[in-house]
Amino acid sequence: MDPASTAAAARPLTGNALRRVILEQSKRANVGHIGSALSVADVVAALYDRVLCIPDPNDADRDRFVLSKGHAVLAVYAALALRGTIPLAQLDTYCADGSLLGVHPEHVLPGIDFSTGSLGHGLAFGVGAALAARLQRSRRRTVVLLSDAECNEGSLWEAVMFAAHHRLASLVALVDLNGQQALGYTEDVLSLSPLAERWRAFGWDVHEVDGHDEAALAATIGSLDTEAGPPHALVAHTVFGRGVSYMERQIKWHYSPMSDAEYRQALAELDAADGAACAAPSSGR
Amino acid sequence: MRSAFVRTLTELAERHPEVLLLTGDLGYMALEPFIERFPHRFFNMGVAEQNMIGAATGLAEAGFVPFAYSIATFAALRPFEFIRNGPVWHRLPVRIVGVGGGFEYGPQGSSHHGLEDVGVMRTLPGLAVIAPADHRQAASALRATWDLAGPVYYRIGKDDHLEVPGLDGRFRVGRAEQAREGEDVLLVACGSVTPEAVAAADALAAEGLRAGVAVVASVQPAPVDDLAALLARVPVALTVETHAITGGVGSLVAEVIAERGLGCRLVRCGVRTPPDGVSGSQRWLQEAHGLSASALAKAARAALAARPR
Repeated sequence: MDPASTAAAARPLTGNALRRVILEQSKRANVGHIGSALSVADVVAALYDRVLCIPDPNDADRDRFVLSKGHAVLAVYAALALRGTIPLAQLDTYCADGSLLGVHPEHVLPGIDFSTGSLGHGLAFGVGAALAARLQRSRRRTVVLLSDAECNEGSLWEAVMFAAHHRLASLVALVDLNGQQALGYTEDVLSLSPLAERWRAFGWDVHEVDGHDEAALAATIGSLDTEAGPPHALVAHTVFGRGVSYMERQIKWHYSPMSDAEYRQALAELDAADGAACAAPSSGR
Repeated sequence: MRSAFVRTLTELAERHPEVLLLTGDLGYMALEPFIERFPHRFFNMGVAEQNMIGAATGLAEAGFVPFAYSIATFAALRPFEFIRNGPVWHRLPVRIVGVGGGFEYGPQGSSHHGLEDVGVMRTLPGLAVIAPADHRQAASALRATWDLAGPVYYRIGKDDHLEVPGLDGRFRVGRAEQAREGEDVLLVACGSVTPEAVAAADALAAEGLRAGVAVVASVQPAPVDDLAALLARVPVALTVETHAITGGVGSLVAEVIAERGLGCRLVRCGVRTPPDGVSGSQRWLQEAHGLSASALAKAARAALAARPR
């Protein structure tokens, strides 16, 4: 393990630890998609810290993870770095020339199972991964993280039907229900309501969860029967831009990069939240 | 071609447990030999070609070699982005099987005609594009390519009786096969219309014109050196394909002539017009688009007569 990874191992893998990396790297690279990454920071932290069983990124029997909403990959890069799968220093290549860390994930990077970026692909990849596990008599699980607006894609529902028909119990779909998409609020663009009922109607085992409660997320996933029965959908209620007050629920933070002043404020808010968490250990984090 | 392909696939599956067969709810009276032998390695994915290719990607990532079957236009065009972002991007051994390219589903109408698949698939670097000319070549092509490391698109015909005279089932990756030799004119043919090209060459031979026929089944990787060598010896070449004249073998040969600086004149025989709502049998439609033996021979004579002396 290189020194950067050793240092990383000392940093706990929490949603706010990912948020710090998301803010730092988005600012350094001067790029957007910040709100989307902040939205899933706690989900990604819960998955990498408490759910996914990945002894080695090349282990054929590891759990598979598909970030179908590829535009939030900075949260995953942060988790891979804090876990030591990639060196912390590699984060500084985010969006650089010749980098493997683009705005959307590339499978050639250690720890990335599937390249994504075009919405509507990831659940089909996950269906194949879960079917492969069944054919190979493996107990490994496949987790797919979807955006809510991604449920606009017809191809997603093709995969939903197949997974239910074949009762792919090892498949867990997490829908990041932040209510926003690139140009507006989902209820104004193309209504998804009632989203949980729609998945349930297609034959999935559906749970509504707080997408910012890492412990509850992990506990819910841990309680699922991933060996028999229907596939599982967790509708994770989240706040777009979570953790930075002026980004929360604001459409512009799908694309906007931060100014210097906005960056300072965002970090200050994160510091304050971390300070409050330290002062109140009973918060459960 | 289709039966030979499925029979050969079933034979390969006996020895290779990683071979799976998926279908987009098509293949009645075609896929049964595989389904009956390996019911647990066969999946009807439903009428859902995007999920079929996406799922094939997930299966291939775990070590399987899934064959995803549908009618050519549904197999290649509907899930195009899934082919691009799945097996091509991930460099995984998914096999897309498009049956009935060209006008093989003639009376079914334009929705079922596969006139763009080869051109569209050929835009994807890293994807092998294999279009056998008859059932014997389909079997040998499958044996030669099923275990390529990257993805493959197969364009398979339905006819299991017609044979290309002089081809004898030969197939090599990245090579062209000669069914007739001759240096007055060269016909470069692809797919199940190839027998028409051979018949045209034989008709021209009866008139004293030495006409060669090169069969291109390995469209990608393309037989560039073979084609360049053959094209360098003739004043006129015709490409013969039941496909749009852009993107397919007509375009491939034009690229070879231009990039190698050859002096050969090219006539692309293929589909030049959009669907007009008129349907008919495969043979009738091929004739209507100038792809019968007599029309091809006529086009060759005209091109030879028009060339500067």
